[in-house]
Amino acid sequence: MTIAAKGSGASSGTKGLLRYRLDLKASPYLYIAPFFVLFAAFGLFPLAFTAWVSTHEWSLLSDEHVFVGFGNYEALLTDPYFWNALGNTLSILVLATVPQLLAALLLAHVLTLRLRAQTFWRMGMLLPNVASVVAVAVIFSQLFGRDFGLVNWVLEALGAGRIDWQAGTASSHVAIAVMVAWKWTGYNALIYLAAMQAVPREVYEAAHLDGASRMQQLFHVTVPMIRPTIVFTVIVSTIYGLQIFAEPQLFGGGGQNGVTGGASRQFQTLTLYLYEHGFNRGFEFGYASAVAWTMFAVIVLVALLNYLFIRRIRSAS
Amino acid sequence: MTTRPTRAISVVAALVTAAGLAACSGGDDDGKITLSVGLFGDFGFGPLYEEYSKLHPDIEFEERISEFADHHTNLTTHLATGSGAADIEAVEVGYISQYTAEPDRFHNLLDLGADELEGQWLDWKWQQALSADGESLIGLGTDVGGMAMCYRRDLFEAAGLPVERDEVSALWAGSWEDYVAVGEQYTADTGGYWFESSGNMFRAMVEQADEGVYDRENNLIVESNPAIGAAWDLTVEAIEADMSNRLTAWTPEWNAGFNEGTFATIICPAWMTSYIETNAPDAAGLWDIATVPGGAGNMGGSHLVLPAQGEHPEEAYAFLEWLTAPEQQLKVFEATGNFPSTPELYEDPALTGLSKAYFNDAPVGEIFTAAATAVRPQYQGPLQGDVLATIGQGLGRIEDGSQSPEDAWSQVLSDLESF
Repeated sequence: MTIAAKGSGASSGTKGLLRYRLDLKASPYLYIAPFFVLFAAFGLFPLAFTAWVSTHEWSLLSDEHVFVGFGNYEALLTDPYFWNALGNTLSILVLATVPQLLAALLLAHVLTLRLRAQTFWRMGMLLPNVASVVAVAVIFSQLFGRDFGLVNWVLEALGAGRIDWQAGTASSHVAIAVMVAWKWTGYNALIYLAAMQAVPREVYEAAHLDGASRMQQLFHVTVPMIRPTIVFTVIVSTIYGLQIFAEPQLFGGGGQNGVTGGASRQFQTLTLYLYEHGFNRGFEFGYASAVAWTMFAVIVLVALLNYLFIRRIRSAS
Repeated sequence: MTTRPTRAISVVAALVTAAGLAACSGGDDDGKITLSVGLFGDFGFGPLYEEYSKLHPDIEFEERISEFADHHTNLTTHLATGSGAADIEAVEVGYISQYTAEPDRFHNLLDLGADELEGQWLDWKWQQALSADGESLIGLGTDVGGMAMCYRRDLFEAAGLPVERDEVSALWAGSWEDYVAVGEQYTADTGGYWFESSGNMFRAMVEQADEGVYDRENNLIVESNPAIGAAWDLTVEAIEADMSNRLTAWTPEWNAGFNEGTFATIICPAWMTSYIETNAPDAAGLWDIATVPGGAGNMGGSHLVLPAQGEHPEEAYAFLEWLTAPEQQLKVFEATGNFPSTPELYEDPALTGLSKAYFNDAPVGEIFTAAATAVRPQYQGPLQGDVLATIGQGLGRIEDGSQSPEDAWSQVLSDLESF
């Protein structure tokens, strides 16, 4: 009896120990598993599958998928409309991001000053970001309307001529950049503000004693101190800016112009180019997947360049 | 100790049962069938759903309206992936051939009872929904778009042009060249625009030709068809005379133009009249309707199809047959202006006698009956709508000055090579 009891007690002891160690080793993985399972299903798998599809002539309308190797990529790189879309995307990216981040920096700087109703101003910054992209694009498309748009009305009242915003390359890029900047400036300003509040007061006091003006403090103290945050916002804005879709699509109006970004493709971005091939008449998923992967490469490249560029500023200062 | 899990289980069980009951009450178990209807824009079916539900209390409707261009893209996606399409879907004439090429994706209406109804529609309307082998019919016709020309009386008067519709029709009774010549005079005298978009004028001319952008073997004949070349040249002439208001159809600016009177004329298929009326309520009495130059032609009009993935083909077909019957088409015409595709109505005074107060009491019944009966059907190829849109963009590039007519034409041809 006792031996048996002892024996069973010992075995349940090792079992318990085993379970305990298993629990110790496996549980953390189990806890983070949901994310990775979801990521694998909705992130990794589509990514890999897109790569697979991009090596095929793959139309949604047919069940035959012919392997073509890098044929889609070759066709893509020799299509002048692709390079046009890439150029448009980069142009809109620069027009939207550079003024946006500078404005955000200045706004954040102003928000650090003593203001009445501080929370009101800070929350107000975030309001444009809460509006849906589609709503923003629809409203701004009307503001930039040729005949009855508010912007042209103001321009005319000021004595400047009307601008056909949709028709021109530069004017359409500016209009789209304004939509992006309006939505994201406040968001970036709040991120900068958070970073600025972590900068020690003493540094400013020292700068103040040395006779630095507010502006000098911003560019010589604040900017170097919050550089990691700037790097973050630059990279995030780059990724967003290279994937702009809803703004140009709605700006083009209904029908074909919304797909090709104007009659001359003057504001067709890379995502619109992808949409034109993947979700328009041919439903060429193979080709569209090749566009998607090329876009991925472009985004990595541009983000990397931006990162190196921002780093250079640091070493210079 | 043991009671707690039991209680928990019983609570869970109760919840599951409740959820199950709730789910049942929303489904088909109460004997009601919900038919979904996918449309682009308002077809004026609202009162007809109610009427049909009164006759058939077990049928309910759910209408989904999307934008014109999105509608057909979505429908193609839903057909290809085998799910997501409504029980009943509208297809515009520019897209119908794309779908008749794949009759397996739709319920064959000839098997559901439509085989006995052939004589009810205009012959060409019926033919458009038939597959190439004639074995399956994918849709029944709703409206047709016999063309007329809408014009602004106030602008015509200010320009010293006649305002009564017979005299206006006589201005361009000869040909499109006359229409452009009057327009040139109008633009030179007033500085205003003669029409809203060159793509629309181009399309109207093409629709009147014997052959359009496709031949009967589905080859693109844009380059070789002399009718297209002539239409292009005349449209370019009009653009260069600054007659086009350069508006893109369905944009807010276009809508505003109807009210503000920024252009003097617009090609008016029957369905356009209701669009003008709803979008320019302030311009009542200012618009009137004359005949279109160049003879008769059809622009637009739709079919209703039953995607094969729909689970209630009999019920959907029964409704479809009822909805497209002459009596209901007449009601739609009275309510919206979408012109019936069933010729038996063309002799019915209830139709021919109709006039519209908005258009200065224009006898729309008479005008569009004449337009519809004179139509010589034109073969519509698979990507008809996309081809016309691509050519329209070429004209758009000339309009906004970014390309010369020659460059625009060669880009159109190279763009069409990928079709």
